[in-house]
Formats: sequence, structure tokens, C-alpha cells
Amino acid sequence: MIKGKVFKYGDNVDTDVIIPARYLNISDRAELASHCMEDIDAEFVKNVKPGDIIAAGKNFGCGSSREHAPLVIKLSGIKCIIAETFARIFYRNAINIGLPILECAAAAKDIENGDLVEVDIKTGRITNITKCRFYQAESFPEFMQGIMEAEGLINYVRKRVKDL
Amino acid sequence: MGMTMTQKILAVHAGMKEVHPGQMIKARLDLVLGNDITTPVAIEEFNRIGVKKVFDKGKIAIVPDHFTPNKDIKSAENCRLVREFSREMEIEHYFEIGRMGIEHALIPEQGLAVPGDVIIGADSHTCTYGALGAFSTGMGSTDMAVGMATGEAWFKVPEAIRIKLKGRLGEWVCGKDVILHIIGMIGVDGARYQSMEYCGEGVGSLSMDDRFTIANMAIEAGAKNGIFEVDGRTLEYVSEHSDRLPVIFQADSDAKYSRVIELNLPEIKPTVAFPHLPENTRAIDDVRDINIDQVVIGSCTNGRLEDLRMAAKVLKCGKVNPRVRAIIIPATQKIYLQAMKEGLLEIFIEAGAVVSTPTCGPCLGGHMGVLAKGERAVATTNRNFVGRMGHPESEIYLASPAVAAASAIKGKISSPEEVVG
Repeated sequence: MIKGKVFKYGDNVDTDVIIPARYLNISDRAELASHCMEDIDAEFVKNVKPGDIIAAGKNFGCGSSREHAPLVIKLSGIKCIIAETFARIFYRNAINIGLPILECAAAAKDIENGDLVEVDIKTGRITNITKCRFYQAESFPEFMQGIMEAEGLINYVRKRVKDL
Repeated sequence: MGMTMTQKILAVHAGMKEVHPGQMIKARLDLVLGNDITTPVAIEEFNRIGVKKVFDKGKIAIVPDHFTPNKDIKSAENCRLVREFSREMEIEHYFEIGRMGIEHALIPEQGLAVPGDVIIGADSHTCTYGALGAFSTGMGSTDMAVGMATGEAWFKVPEAIRIKLKGRLGEWVCGKDVILHIIGMIGVDGARYQSMEYCGEGVGSLSMDDRFTIANMAIEAGAKNGIFEVDGRTLEYVSEHSDRLPVIFQADSDAKYSRVIELNLPEIKPTVAFPHLPENTRAIDDVRDINIDQVVIGSCTNGRLEDLRMAAKVLKCGKVNPRVRAIIIPATQKIYLQAMKEGLLEIFIEAGAVVSTPTCGPCLGGHMGVLAKGERAVATTNRNFVGRMGHPESEIYLASPAVAAASAIKGKISSPEEVVG
């Protein structure tokens, strides 16, 4: 179960604001993560705590294929992203690196910045503790659940390669 | 049930008779691509898988094109990592500086993409090769790593939007205007998770360079891929660039589409996308007095030979405005050389523009033309997000090479007709 404070953003949050390209030559992960969300919310890195959650509108993560985007969000301590919809490359990148994401229009619309929210990834149930409301996200197809349970595609594939 | 072009290509590569939208499949890959930004992360993940070799050293392409020629020490270290990995794995299609180009202009030019292929690349604009009737799509570094190790990737079979093209484009109108027009119409998530499949007699009137530009920006509408029906022009291009045999897939007549759009090409006007989203489009006639500081002509979207020819046709008629820096970047060494032979580079330099070696550089605010606070650029690139080309308070207007060149001369966003009499 994931429980944390929500950082709320709007529609079309793109990978260039999640992690600007000017930092993509950095290979040190902690240094890279220190620029997470810099161009959209300069205070994010200062305020985020392990276990927190991001909620946003439509098309979250649109733009480039840089895996650095879900990676810095994961490294910042965020445990889950809830959005009305995700851009497709971000969606698969997040699953592949084991960062839980949920699509739920009702939750994305209703949840406000600072709300305390609890998420059950397995069932897709989202509880807004601040507002005493519940929302139901679609659960993942079985195959994706397998990747999530292995905490990412590499672990999932590594097991398969070993079994061969 | 009938299938779309994309669904048919995916079915064959998954070894299945048919597939349906939403189905999760595993498909065989014909090419796995990476660049100097995404490959270092992929190498790290590849090493964690525990295999010693790549699945096929002839089916991987690695192109250091983003922060190259190395813009600083950190970028140089990343390129070294990529170069060493390519040598160790004996990657056949590693393209060193001096023999390279921007990946999505280079791969078709090198004959590494042909109709019917399934291609993944750790770069969002990998969708470009749909112009050749291939299924190609952008992914992340982990997918690239798994692709290199196993020769396979997982896919969710997409639905499709069918885009029927009619007639031919007017003077000074090109593929860039077509795709900006479509994105303006359907929005930056209008084709999310879907294919954009182009068909109709209008396809025949579009050059290959126009088709590459249109397929390239499918991602800016949120699409998984953009794909064109294969015709004589495609086959001519493929036979000139590749020894491999094309496999032609046509959509079934009873294929289902989520949406059908009919587009009359003669009605499309030069189009400009305003900050900060590619969907904020306006026809050039509705753009008034926007002064600019910089023009960039190049990128995987518009750095091909026809783009440079179009820019030269305009820049021949004037000088770059003293308040404007104009930067022109041929997308590959081959294009650069041909532009030199045709005298295009001379026209650019005499007009007062900078001509650079191939690089993605300014498109993503890397180097070779980063914007300062409050500056405005007209760019033939593909994204005008906040901070994309530099300072978060700079602005990018996306346009065709013709509009960009005219704007460079006028010092404000202008139609080529205002410059060429």
C-alpha cells in the first residue's frame, strides 16, 4: 500500500519539464534527480518526501523517449503517479523501470495539491484520505502486472533468460 | 476481422494469423536503435540482464547525434561509453562522427529501414520510418536493452486513425505544414496509443522527404506510429538505398478505424505552431508582427535535402536580418555534401547564416544555438515545449523551412511570398 501527499499538475506535463535536456549528460543518478520537475515546479525537489504521489491531467509525460523522466521521478521518492491519461512512451518506460502509474480520470480531476492519498496498485483502488473519497482505476493487464511485480522489465527478462 | 497496415505487420512479426487492438503481443525486431543520450542507460540495463552478446550485431544501430560533436566532458564520457560498447559487441551499424547524421535521417539513407520492418528506437522520433511503410516506434532505454539482448519487444496492438489525402500541396507548402495542420486539428494527444495511417491518391504527390517529416511528428500527436501506404516512389527510394527486399502490407478493406480524417492538400496553408505546444497552430496569414531572435533550420524533422533546397530558394532573395541569428544544420554528412555540390551552402553563408555539421544540438537545447531568457526562435524542429531550446522563459515557433528562411530575412515570422516576389 502506498500512502503520501500529492503534488498536483495540469495537462500535457512533458518530459522536457520533468527533466530538461540540458541535464541529460549527467550520469550520476542523485545529481540527475536534483533537477526533477525543475522547469515546472522549482520547489518540488525541496518539498518531496519518500512515499509521496504525483497527480496530473491528460497526456502526462508527453514528448521525448528519455527514460531519465520516470527515473528521476522514482529517484525523488515518488511512489506512484495518477493521471487522467499518460503519453505512451512514458507509460511503458514507467512500467519497465517499476514505477507504478494509474490512469483514473475521476481521481485526476478530484485530487488537489497537498491531499493525503492512499493507493492499492494491485486493485487500482485510490483513497483520498483528506477528502474521504474513493476512486477506482483500471487494473493492469496480467502481463504488465508481472513486470511490476518483478519491479521492472530487466528483472522480468533476467528470470526468463536464466530459465532458458 | 480486417486489420490495419500496422496490425498486419505486427501480426507477422508476432508469428500470429491475426491480432486485435488492445492485445498484448511479443514481436520480433528487425532493427534496434539508440543514440548518445539513451544508449548509456540502455548499456547499464543490458549488463544487468546477464547475456554476453547482442541478439544480432547486424540489427542494431547506434548513432551519437544529440550532444555531438561532444559538447562537454560529460557528453564526451557518454559517447566513449557508447563507442566502447559498440566495439565490444561488434555492432555493425555504429556511426562515428564524420560518417554520421541525425539518426532518423541517417537510417533510411543507409537502407536500414525497409517496408514491412518492425523497428524500435530509444528515441521518440523513431516513428519516422513509417514513411517507408515500416512499423517503427520510439521507446525507452530499458526496451532498447531488452531488444538488444533478445531481439524482441512487447507491444499493445494499437487502433488506428485513417488519414485520407487528396490532391497536391500548393507552392511553399510542404510536409511540415501538413503534420502541423493535423496536430492542430486533433491535438497533442489526439492519436494517443494509436497508429496514424496515411492513404489515398494524395500520398502519391508527396515526396519521400515530405513523408518522412509527416511520419516523424506522429509522436507530437501522441501516436504510437505514423505509416504510409507503399507506392512506386517508396519502392524507388528503397531500391536506391537498400539491398533488402521490401515486404508490402496493405490494410484490409474491412479494417476498423477509430476515426477517419479526409484532408484536402491544396487547402493547407503554411502553418506555424505557437508556444508551448505543437497543437497551437495558426495559418501564416493569421500571424502578425512577431519579432524573432533566432532561426534554426534542421533536425530529424526538416534537415533533409528538399528542406535545404526550399530554404535556399528563399535565402537567395535576401540577407539574414541583422537582429537574427540563422543556424542551418544539414541532417547527414551525405546531405551536407550534396548541399555543397548544389551550391546551397554558399547561398546560406552569403545570406549570413551559420552552417553546422550534423547534430540534434539546438532542437533539444543541447548546444549550437541555445536560447537566452525572453528570446524567440522560429525552428523547423518538432517541439516547442517550455525550455525545450534553452531558457524556460524563451519561446519556440515551429514552422517549415520556407517560413523559417523568410522569417530570418524579415526578422519576424513571415510568409515566403513576402520575400520571393
